[in-house]
Amino acid sequence: MEFFRDTNIDFLGKKWYFLGFSLIFSIAGLLSMFFWHGIPLGVEFRGGTLVYVRFVDKPNEDQIRQALDRAGIHNAQIQHYGPSSSNDELIDLPQSSNAGADVTRSEDQIIRALEAISGGQQDFRKDLNYAGSDALRTVLAVRDPLHAAPDTYDKITRQILDYRDSKQGGLIRSFDDLQKAGVPAAAVEALKQDGFFISNFHVFGQETVGPQIGAQLRKQALLATLYSMAGMLIYLWFRFEMIYGVAAVVACFHDTLITVGAFSLTNNPITLTVIAAILTLVGYSMNDTIVVFDRIRENVKLMRRETLAEVVNRSINQTLSRTILTSGLTFLTVLSLYLFGGEVLHGFSLALVIGILIGTYSSIAVAAPMLVAYQEWRASRSGRRPVPVATQAGKGKVRVKA
Amino acid sequence: MQKNLILKTLFIIGILLIFVFGIFGIPGSFNLDGIKDSLLQRIHLGLDLKGGAHLILEVQVNEAVGGETDHAAELLKEQLQKSNISYASIGKPDPDKHPEQIVVKGVPPNGSTELRRIVSEQLPTYDLSGSGDTYTVTLKASAISELKNRTVEQSVEAISQRVNTLGVSEPVIEEHGVGNYQILVQLPGVDDLARVKEIIQSTARLELREALNHGATYPDEQSARAAQPGGVLPPDTVLLHGQKSVNDRTDSVFLVSRVPVVSGTDIKTAEAGHGGKTGGPIVNFYLTTSAGEKFARFTAAHSETSANPSNLAIVLDNQVIEAPSIQSEIHDSGIIEGGFTEQTAHDLALKLRSGALPASLRYIQETTVGPSLGADSIRKGVQAAVVGMVAVMVFMLFYYKGAGINADLALFLNLVILLGFMGFTGATLTLPGIAGVILTVGMGVDSNVLIFERIREELRHGKAPAAAVDQGFARAWITIIDTHVTTIVSAFILFIFGTGPVKGFAVTLTFGLLANLFTAVFVSRVIFDAILSRKQRGEALSI
Repeated sequence: MEFFRDTNIDFLGKKWYFLGFSLIFSIAGLLSMFFWHGIPLGVEFRGGTLVYVRFVDKPNEDQIRQALDRAGIHNAQIQHYGPSSSNDELIDLPQSSNAGADVTRSEDQIIRALEAISGGQQDFRKDLNYAGSDALRTVLAVRDPLHAAPDTYDKITRQILDYRDSKQGGLIRSFDDLQKAGVPAAAVEALKQDGFFISNFHVFGQETVGPQIGAQLRKQALLATLYSMAGMLIYLWFRFEMIYGVAAVVACFHDTLITVGAFSLTNNPITLTVIAAILTLVGYSMNDTIVVFDRIRENVKLMRRETLAEVVNRSINQTLSRTILTSGLTFLTVLSLYLFGGEVLHGFSLALVIGILIGTYSSIAVAAPMLVAYQEWRASRSGRRPVPVATQAGKGKVRVKA
Repeated sequence: MQKNLILKTLFIIGILLIFVFGIFGIPGSFNLDGIKDSLLQRIHLGLDLKGGAHLILEVQVNEAVGGETDHAAELLKEQLQKSNISYASIGKPDPDKHPEQIVVKGVPPNGSTELRRIVSEQLPTYDLSGSGDTYTVTLKASAISELKNRTVEQSVEAISQRVNTLGVSEPVIEEHGVGNYQILVQLPGVDDLARVKEIIQSTARLELREALNHGATYPDEQSARAAQPGGVLPPDTVLLHGQKSVNDRTDSVFLVSRVPVVSGTDIKTAEAGHGGKTGGPIVNFYLTTSAGEKFARFTAAHSETSANPSNLAIVLDNQVIEAPSIQSEIHDSGIIEGGFTEQTAHDLALKLRSGALPASLRYIQETTVGPSLGADSIRKGVQAAVVGMVAVMVFMLFYYKGAGINADLALFLNLVILLGFMGFTGATLTLPGIAGVILTVGMGVDSNVLIFERIREELRHGKAPAAAVDQGFARAWITIIDTHVTTIVSAFILFIFGTGPVKGFAVTLTFGLLANLFTAVFVSRVIFDAILSRKQRGEALSI
């Protein structure tokens, strides 16, 4: 089977289309960053509190909002989390203004407010859908309903938590269910007597970030992106020629800009893992560019009679099959990540899905034409017509000279 | 040639076995559960997969500086009095922003030489500046940074001791970043976070101070002030809040000495027990020898039978727990009956034993992953990995036929080596790490495609299969090196800058790409050679 055979597409002839396409997307992204959504930042960069809650039934967001209001939390955003069939909600509380205080206080407030909806003002530490192993074990050991050795209660505690967390996704629905799952009736009774109850929700994740961490991480992410581009530039400079490095880095910058722009347009938050994905894309996009550049370097030696434009065109065509295939395959894996990887990886895989498409496009449509454009600009500046590329055969480096 | 090939094949099988061992170890039993258990023992799951808490605390290092200069100020007063030098005041003008400065005012002209001598002899880490009758004694910058670093170190140590006694498995407690005075605490699998957080954060600074006016309590600070002669607090005293008595938890205000008689570092050990007036849970504490002597002098001077009786304030984290009267001289031990429950008495003893924190801590980041979310993430990550990998493998089979098997074998070995690496090095697998594994599949197959496309090209140019394979590998090699280096550079930077999950991603990506160099180039070549060696001259290659 073969998809591409002896293709001969004039890529460089379409450079104005490419430029137009890139400009449209870059500018749309930039406009959104400056005038519409801004750059939506994940909680680790902007600071604040996120609480992930799973409910037994379809939750009523208005009811949650009112309960939080009553608890004195007024600026929380409540939104559905995950696929529409799930009963998960994300409560998002922006940075509190009193920066001096401990940042982790508001989580407890949120949980108390939710307990209030679930049924009265109970102590959430006695909520079986919240309690930790220590609390359960201690109560069982002290009440000793089975008149057994303490390690029996260790086992029962593990059994309860295993049932809750591994089998039920964090939610026990009733004491009867516990008994059906094999927990001894006497133990269930002892928990009930100690005041344990079952709420209709389960907090499956929390994230709180204080202002100084946010600032720190923002700086780190920016530095990491810059360093990685600089690293690439230096490597390419060393392996090829300055202009190759510059062209490749411009292509990467183009990819980063469009990916971030897409996040801004769709109002998806940029989190730490998204930054990781973007850095991976920088590497990946560089891969594609290098494959084309390697071919150019090789062909420059072979095709001495032709102009650089022709050499570049030929090189892109020769590597087209490989470029499309590997991008397609990587895209396949990333798509699988996007579709099946779950909500936690949503932003990460989205960045990869967008980035791999753009990264493949940019090595053909941005990096290579730039190389030729630079060449022609040099030629026109020195007042001479572009002449075939002079090479010093035998030397590893290719001198791109006008 | 043939023999060489067999050697190489044996080498590959050897590598395969070593890394399979890296993944699974030797399972206790060879059923599904046994293998799963030993797999989980070898491959460390990150917090995001296992569930647990990731905390970052900020050490309030300025408090430690303030404590140090408090001591220095005391010493200065003592020494000046000893040398009969009068002074108007010794104080800290801006204790919040400049805890390192002590200002001495009203020094007579003849006292300056003596002050200079005291500072240079008794306070070698301080600089003296100023003239006339006002001098500033400042802690040296080098001493400040050393003190701050030591404070962070001590905090890490104290937290480690506390966490270790809580039975959290494989906790991570270390300084976070450099020069930020932050501490990273990772507690995998912890499910009673509220309690653990409280235990970590509590400074557990136990101080014994003099409670003036026989431990009199006031309802609020205003009335406490008003009750003093002239409405002004006596010199060297402060107001502290606390509970009225062991059985009455109403918030009250006590008048206590500003400088503690005994402070946190003077406590040798502590244990929970029963006793006191009620026979309920109490905490016994024991002092170090030198602190014991100081404490004995103090209690003798202030006991009920002495000329100057007053009470003893037991202060924990700036809260007065109780202020009993002193019956007689006490040497090196005491009890606290703060109206504890079994658990709070136990926790307090634990905190006192592990040493007070030299400065208070503030949580600045917390990420908690519930065990249900972790389990869900593993399931989905593995699902995505399997689907992605199968899709790639099936495509390679269709597109390259015979050579597709070659690529799939290489890819499979690539995964085995990657996971084996993780097992051997004890690197942590995180959810983005699983994504890294998936991405390795996609990027790893890139090398195969590069080589195969090159071989096809060479075949098209009319080369014989053996020569085409040879050329294909040789030409693609340079490109493969370049592409791998760039991606590894990205991954390396991620590793340096990233934390937790992101680091896990960088690790798997790097390992995966390194393994790929071996599998896509060496292993794949050996398979081609094996196929070619069986073929008749001129027979076509399935690619």
